[in-house]
Amino acid sequence: MGYALDFSAVLRGLDQLLWGLGLGLTMGLAGLAAGSVIGIIAALAHVFGPRPAQTMVRLYVGFIRNMPILVLALFAYFALPQFGIRFSNITTFAAVLAIYAGAYLTESFRAAMITVPHGVLDAARSIGLTGTGMALHVVLPIALRNALPSIGNNFISLFKDTSIAAVIAVPELTFQVRKINNESFRVIEVWLAASFLYVATCALIAIALRRLEAWFPKF
Amino acid sequence: MQSFLDVLASSSGALLNGLMITIAVSAIAVATGIALGAVFGLALTYGGAVVSFPARMVVDIVRGTPVLVLILACFYMPAGIGLSPGPLTAGAFALAVFCAAHIGETLRGAFLAIPSAQTDAASALGLTFGQTLGYVLVPQAVRQIAPNLVNTAVEIVKASSLLSAIGVGELLLTTQEIIGRSFKTMEFYALAGGLYLAINLVIATGGAWLERRYRLR
Repeated sequence: MGYALDFSAVLRGLDQLLWGLGLGLTMGLAGLAAGSVIGIIAALAHVFGPRPAQTMVRLYVGFIRNMPILVLALFAYFALPQFGIRFSNITTFAAVLAIYAGAYLTESFRAAMITVPHGVLDAARSIGLTGTGMALHVVLPIALRNALPSIGNNFISLFKDTSIAAVIAVPELTFQVRKINNESFRVIEVWLAASFLYVATCALIAIALRRLEAWFPKF
Repeated sequence: MQSFLDVLASSSGALLNGLMITIAVSAIAVATGIALGAVFGLALTYGGAVVSFPARMVVDIVRGTPVLVLILACFYMPAGIGLSPGPLTAGAFALAVFCAAHIGETLRGAFLAIPSAQTDAASALGLTFGQTLGYVLVPQAVRQIAPNLVNTAVEIVKASSLLSAIGVGELLLTTQEIIGRSFKTMEFYALAGGLYLAINLVIATGGAWLERRYRLR
């Protein structure tokens, strides 16, 4: 039972760990940015589009949300090259993350769009805005602000999902931790450190998001 | 080169076995997670500072850690104190803790959302805390968290695919083994994806049916 904690292996690998953390954050941000574009377009199509577009969006969201991201990542990384679609593991995972996040963000943006108050829509109509004009100039700006808390939560879970990239050998934090684990056998220290780094990063992101929300007045 | 159907015929037994392990491990994780989550939820809401603080710590740490890291931690860490749970035990434990933390947090929200007039009315009737909990608070909270419970179950099924990383022979690892032998990469990953989709759609549909069935009129 005499297990003496010794963090020297973790501290020696701190550079790699922080580098991996940075890579995870970068992939998370890239996934969030591209996923937001997908989400906004899909939400607009769902709320303002014709029926076939609505059905397509619903199928996309239902399909992705019920599918493990690991299966999507493995499919994209190992099966798509058969069709000549071949990217590095980092690019592949970021793209998968974007498609995955897109489905969740579609829901966030859609919820924000359909809760825009009716009075605002009436006002838009009274100044002569219709269809596209109303969607882009009235509903979208309000929805973007009101979706902010939900986008933030999505980003946090997206950042946590970047750990799954370790399975396709992307050298992000979890991959680095596992490597140090296998080299040093300091099993307790390395996983405590891993958990601490993720929890601390998530907490910092959450604090930054609260600041951001306070910065933009809620509609 | 064998055709996809030939490979499927010869490996259907293994695939079915993997599917069963996925379903079983998810079911165990959700069941344990609900029981443990109820404890967390009660501790967070009614525990007072002494009980709620450690519960808060556990819940926040688990919720801030990626599931894959939880799974790997549960798999590797016990070796440090001389224990060696198999991958299945470690993985099921990790999923159950993950599930419990999420349910604990939603349950806390549900308890807090019940108007305090309900507890006042219960104590006016002379109900003890246990009776208030059993007859007044829990039935309302369960209805409140039902949609969340279904979502969590779907998340657990999805997260169970990560157990392939520690060598649990569930659906995804079985699929990977079949692909390793047959090189039918596209077909079998698509099949695995379709099976996960099917499990989750059953859960979602069943959950929606239960919600309708027990809706207050």
